[in-house]
This record gives sequence, structure tokens and C-alpha cells, in this order.
Amino acid sequence: MNKTVWIVLIILGLLAPFIVYPIFMMKLLCFALFACAFNLLLGYTGLLSFGHAAFFGGASYITGHLVKVSGLTPELGVLGGTLFAALLGYVVGSLAIRRQGIYFAMVTLALAQIVYFVALKAPFTGGEDGLQGIPRGNLFGLIDLNQTFTVGTSPLPLNLYYFVFIMFCLGFWMIHRAINSPFGQVLKAIRENEPRAVSLGYNVDRFKLMAFVISAALSGMAGSLKSLVFQLASLTDVSWHSSGEVVLMTLLGGVGTVLGPLAGAFTVVTLQSELSSVGSWITVIIGVTFVVCVLLFRRGFVGELGRLLKKSL
Amino acid sequence: MSDHILETNDLTKDFKGFTAVSAVNLKIERGHIHALIGPNGAGKTTVFNLLTKFLTPTKGTIHFNGTDITGEKPADIALRGVIRSFQISAVFPNLTPRENVRLALQRKLGVSYHFWKSDKILQQLDGQAMELLESVGLAEYADQITGELAYGRKRALEIATTLALDPELMLLDEPTQGMGVEDVDKITALVKKVSANRTILMVEHNLKVVATLADRITVLQRGAILTEGPYAEVSQNPQVLEAYMGSAHD
Repeated sequence: MNKTVWIVLIILGLLAPFIVYPIFMMKLLCFALFACAFNLLLGYTGLLSFGHAAFFGGASYITGHLVKVSGLTPELGVLGGTLFAALLGYVVGSLAIRRQGIYFAMVTLALAQIVYFVALKAPFTGGEDGLQGIPRGNLFGLIDLNQTFTVGTSPLPLNLYYFVFIMFCLGFWMIHRAINSPFGQVLKAIRENEPRAVSLGYNVDRFKLMAFVISAALSGMAGSLKSLVFQLASLTDVSWHSSGEVVLMTLLGGVGTVLGPLAGAFTVVTLQSELSSVGSWITVIIGVTFVVCVLLFRRGFVGELGRLLKKSL
Repeated sequence: MSDHILETNDLTKDFKGFTAVSAVNLKIERGHIHALIGPNGAGKTTVFNLLTKFLTPTKGTIHFNGTDITGEKPADIALRGVIRSFQISAVFPNLTPRENVRLALQRKLGVSYHFWKSDKILQQLDGQAMELLESVGLAEYADQITGELAYGRKRALEIATTLALDPELMLLDEPTQGMGVEDVDKITALVKKVSANRTILMVEHNLKVVATLADRITVLQRGAILTEGPYAEVSQNPQVLEAYMGSAHD
């Protein structure tokens, strides 16, 4: 994609905390990273996982625990959460890739429900309350992530924001690199025609598993960051609603496009926050939006835009 | 030393009591174009699937170059140099023909698991990919979307992709199926051209194509071998005529 588009997006990201409420912006970035990681699997490998909340939410618990109880610095907490998600992804992936289509989705869902149950019952997760008051700590022991800078009238947590933003860019870049690598080419081949990929001599199970682990790890990174931003790891993030939400975000924005999950995550999170005053009707509104979007733009916002511009976005 | 590149022994496949392939003994001579023909449902495609391990045989063995490959996985068989095509065109429709061929070429670079590298390193394969596309007459379509190509061109692309792996044994599943007359002639010529220095086993319905190409023919009927031999011989066999045309040949 065009270099200028990237530069504009990075500048927007750098300026965002001065324009939008920073915590909200960080939430957007966390969910956008989550959706992008999910899209690597759905959009580029053709695997629909319905258990990605296990990686997102599971990692947030691990990070919360490492930072709050073990007293590690936040970057190590995020690293720990990410590694945990990768490991969990390896286990779930190894079992799930033995099946295809809807059965694959069901296996991931079932295993994610086990993770949910552990989060509910295990002693270190805080059960219904979750892990609260997770300290943000000092990055590398040096930079205080709680520090705010007053610009105009409002204090802005710029240290935290830029940490999250850099991690987001890193994760996004990794996904982008994986998609546009020799490995990504084989993934696309598997998505397009799996038997043919086999007959060309590719061990498709290994490729699928690797894609699954990368996707799980980066979903975990998103969850870890979220637990630092909100200082909370809760059951919401590990429940199947979150797994469904990330599917929704990816489809809305455009599956198999680079910017689609970003647009989808921004849309869903913004709707949720803007409409939070209307109460439980919010699910109806988001549901209707989803149905209308799917009927009108089958490729998602970005997918349709890409088709109009005849470019892959 | 036998000069048989592929040999099957009592190859059998049961689907829950229905015997799709029954005790098939195939011997494919190196360098031949060997055709597998037979009426619909005779088990030709099943034999293909067994040979490439897309299906597991119920009984029997498969030897390739004298090695028993009966227990291997499809990807391993491909690595040995047995590459198949499919009955319906097997291309990657949303990629370009260049990318299709490169996917076959990139395996030997050994970077297919390298998710941290840019796909720019695949550009070193472009020359080779273009050569292959040229050889099947697709050079000018190299950067279009494959899904939008005409059917005959997709089949040609499939052959180019298969050739990219430089297979010792090519298995072609009905390469001319669903094609217009012109395309059939083109593909026939193409198969002839690529058969130099390699062995081809093909399933084919079009007897004219078989007559032109095949050195040897095996006729299958209801999962078993009816007869085998060169075209001139097989085409005169009364059983074959009956299998193909009923008893109308009286």
C-alpha cells in the first residue's frame, strides 16, 4: 500500500491523544490489534476461530498477575502475557486444525470456554471481580506510565499512550510482514485451494498451526496492553462475547484486507462508547448496523472501498 | 532393475462395503504417457487419490521408484516428485498467474516458513516463473487475477504450476475436461511438449486425446482393470467397446 497513507496514519496516531480522550484511543488500539491478529487467521488463512477471547483475555490475566503480584515491570508483563497466549495458541491450535470449517470453530469455542471457566474459578484470577487495581508501573523501571502531562486543561497520560501506540505499531507491522512474506504466500494458497497447496508439497497443518500461534500471540499482546490501560483483567475479555465481537469487527471492516479490521474495530468500539447512554438497546443497534453492513457491503467497508479504487487496501 | 517408475500391487479401496477400486495392478513405464480410461464411475479419480494419498488404500501397496510409499502423507509424496492436477481446475484464483507459479517454485528456496521476511525475496523467481508461463502461452496474462482467466488458460496455468516443481511423475486428472475444441488441441500439444524427460499418468475421457498422446492405456471398469495395452490394441477389444458404448457395436 501507498507510503503516504501509512505516514498519514502514523501522524494521526501520534496526534490522537491531544484530540480524542486518550483512554478511549488506547482501547481502540487494543481492539484494533486484536482484530488485525484475528484477521491474519480468518482473512489470510481461511480459518474461523471462535475462541480468540481465550488469548485476549487469558493474556490480560497473566499480565495483570505478573505486574500486580510478582511486581514485574510492565514490558515484562506484556511479554509474559504474549508468550502465554502463544503457548495457549499452540495447544488450542494443535487440537483445532485437525478439523475444518464449522468443526474447527466449535473446537476453538469449546477450548476457550474451558479457559473462561478457569478464569472464573481459579484462585489467582479474582473470580467475578477479576483482577483489579493492576499497577501500570515503570516501563523498563525508568518511565512512569502513570505520569500525566497537562496540555490545556486536561492531564494526558502520554507515557502510557505512546507505549501502547508503539506496541500497536509493532504488532501491526508484524502482521503486515507475515502477510507479505513467503510464509504469507503459502497461507493465501491454503486459503484459496488447500488440496492444491498439499499437492505442491506444503505441509499445510504446520502452516496453519504457525499462523494460529502468531495470531494468538498478538491477540494476547492486545489483551495484555488492555489490562494495563484499564488496570483491570475481567471475565468480559475472556468470555465468548469477545470472541464474537472480534469476528464482527473483522467482517465489518473487511476480511482479508490490511486496514479492514482497524476500521471495524474503530466502528464497533466507537458505537459502543457513543451509545452507552442508551443502555441495553446498544446490542440491538449494533446488531442492526451489522446486518445492514453485511447486506450492503459484503466485503466490509474497506473491502468495498478497495474494490471501488481497484486497489487492495 | 525394472524400469517401472510406479507400481501398484492389489490396490483396493472400500467405501463402507462399496468397492470403488478393486485389486488394481498398475505398472507405469518410465518416460511413457500412460492413460487411464473408463466409463463414469469406473474409479479413475479414486485411483489418483490413492496414488497421491488423498485417500488411504484399504489394501495393497504403492511403489514409486522401487520405494514403498503406501504409508506416506500427500505432501511427502509431492516432495518425492509425484505431482498431481485436479479434475476441476486447481489454481489459486485470487492470486496472479505469476504468484501461482512462484508458489510452486518458492518451496525449494527453503524460506516458506520465514514469516519475518519480505516477499520481495520471491522476485528472484520471477524469471523462472515467466519462462514457465511463456511455455504454456500465458506470459501476457502474468499479472491478471487468475480467477478472471478463461477456463482453458486456468488449465494451462495449472500445468505450468505443476511443471514448476519439475516432477518426475505428473498425474493429470482430465486435463481437457470441459474445454472447447481449440483448447483441447492446445492442451494436447502442451502435454506432449512437457512429456519430454518425464512420465505422465493421465485420466482422460476424450479418446481422441488419448489416441494422440498415450503410449499405453489401462481401461478401468467398475474399479477393476479390464484390459491394458497400446491404443490400437485396446480400441479393438470387444469388451472395451461394450463398456464404452453398451452392446451397440454388433
